[in-house]
Amino acid sequence: MAADYVDWLRREGRIVIVGASLAGLRAAETLREEGFTGSLTLIGDEPYDPYDRPPLSKSVLLGKASPRHTELPRRRHLDAEWRLGVPAAGLDLTGKRVLLADGEEVEYDRLLIATGVRARPWPVAEEAELDGVFVLRTRDDAVALTERLRAGAKRVVVIGAGFAGSEVASACREMGMEVTVAERAGAPLVGALGGVVGAVAADLQLENGVDLRTHVTVTALEGDPMGRVRSVHLSDESVVEADVVVVSLGSLRNTEWLTGSGLGAGPRGIASDAGCRAFDFRGIVTDDVFVAGDVARSPHALFGYQFLSLEHWGNAVAQAETAAHNMICPASDRRPHMWMPAFWSSQFGVNIKSVGVPPMGDELMIIQGSTAERRFVGVYGYKGRIVAGVTFDNARWLEYCQRQIEQGAPFPVEYPTMDRRPEGRKAVPADFPDPALPTHGPTVTLSGYSPADRRLVFTPGHH
Amino acid sequence: MRIVVDLNKCQGYAQCAFLAPDVFTMHGEEALLYNPLAAEEHRDAVARAAAACPVQAITVEGLHEGAPVEPVQVFTGAPWEPRDGR
Repeated sequence: MAADYVDWLRREGRIVIVGASLAGLRAAETLREEGFTGSLTLIGDEPYDPYDRPPLSKSVLLGKASPRHTELPRRRHLDAEWRLGVPAAGLDLTGKRVLLADGEEVEYDRLLIATGVRARPWPVAEEAELDGVFVLRTRDDAVALTERLRAGAKRVVVIGAGFAGSEVASACREMGMEVTVAERAGAPLVGALGGVVGAVAADLQLENGVDLRTHVTVTALEGDPMGRVRSVHLSDESVVEADVVVVSLGSLRNTEWLTGSGLGAGPRGIASDAGCRAFDFRGIVTDDVFVAGDVARSPHALFGYQFLSLEHWGNAVAQAETAAHNMICPASDRRPHMWMPAFWSSQFGVNIKSVGVPPMGDELMIIQGSTAERRFVGVYGYKGRIVAGVTFDNARWLEYCQRQIEQGAPFPVEYPTMDRRPEGRKAVPADFPDPALPTHGPTVTLSGYSPADRRLVFTPGHH
Repeated sequence: MRIVVDLNKCQGYAQCAFLAPDVFTMHGEEALLYNPLAAEEHRDAVARAAAACPVQAITVEGLHEGAPVEPVQVFTGAPWEPRDGR
């Protein structure tokens, strides 16, 4: 019976994908590649072809690409119906229908949710609406910000020194603007990479002329009588003049439209099993609703079956491919989503890359190069195992780090290396902030219990 | 031509920046910047760059003649509440 259903589904079923960005597009392509010939509908809230976001804070800001043209290449012809420019507004799980904001409904036999995340706005609405205050997540955001920067902005304040904020600061400095970065933690990138690597990122910013303010929060954005942003007030009572403010405080998961649907969706994303099948609010796995990309959180065998939410480009691709495969195959052919977390950033001319889950590590060891030269390979350890690696301008080491993580290689590492290591061969605390404290949002969220613990410790992520 | 580079795969070999310098450039020693919408005049150079990438990280649409780009049906839709998210 089940096999008959899958055969029918592959032939003439209706698959709906909500979210027409990287994960949605790659899922659609995979469905067709694997022989799905039924009807395929993609729903997206933005009126644009699926486009790539990483260039928006790099090539686009630097003027090497147009913010209007970062559309993703198609890997094949899709033969899909596109519903673009209208967001999904609700889900009827029982009736198997997606409700759109324009009042229309789309019925499905299988649904993939890939609605991703959006930029967290500045929390004070009237200040967020000041002319000159921007976020950077979408194509429209990038068009607005680049136009303003090109129009002769001189003093930029970036609120939040995560990856996106640091990349904006880097590009603005390169274009000759005065840049102030305000960060609540003690250094940039601490949520994702910890305080030791964060200190290197801080040096990078200072050396490149960024006015970096750490251990401060922004208490108010002040406008002039014309409604243009004029200055930024900090918690240390200093005031910084600004004609552009970029709010870079992490992201919010796009799950509000699922409120009341009965799906296990909330501010932390949509929980699923390792095969991308969504849980309902009772923690029971659904059969016909799948999730992929930034909005998903799923258990990972390599990392103690913790639920991981990964805002990573590669995860969106890999999870979409796995979800699409599992949507149209018999139960015995399903695959778990076991992608190795990996991300990159480039800022101030340095290529920063990582594999594994750095925030899980409590110690760090530099195994090649040195942090003083800002060219190094570091590995993170947790309970005697390597759980992550990070490189600054040393990307070719990542594959090795990945194998070490996959093999559960011991930490601290014992092997001697040929190159200079002024820091000496010792593990140091990686210096991640207390996970119970709010941060602007690491790229990985760890949540739930680790089966490695005998005593259960609940570690809420708070973002 | 639409281009995307899987920068997880990219290891900074800079073959693309050498073969198609109008589309790909190195920023610092390892970081790659590229124009995701390359002009037709760079078609041959982009093809060479994609083929030469040692880790095959470059995806190009429309490199080969006849590769279909389907028209996209755009619904402007009704105004919506921001709380809807997507």
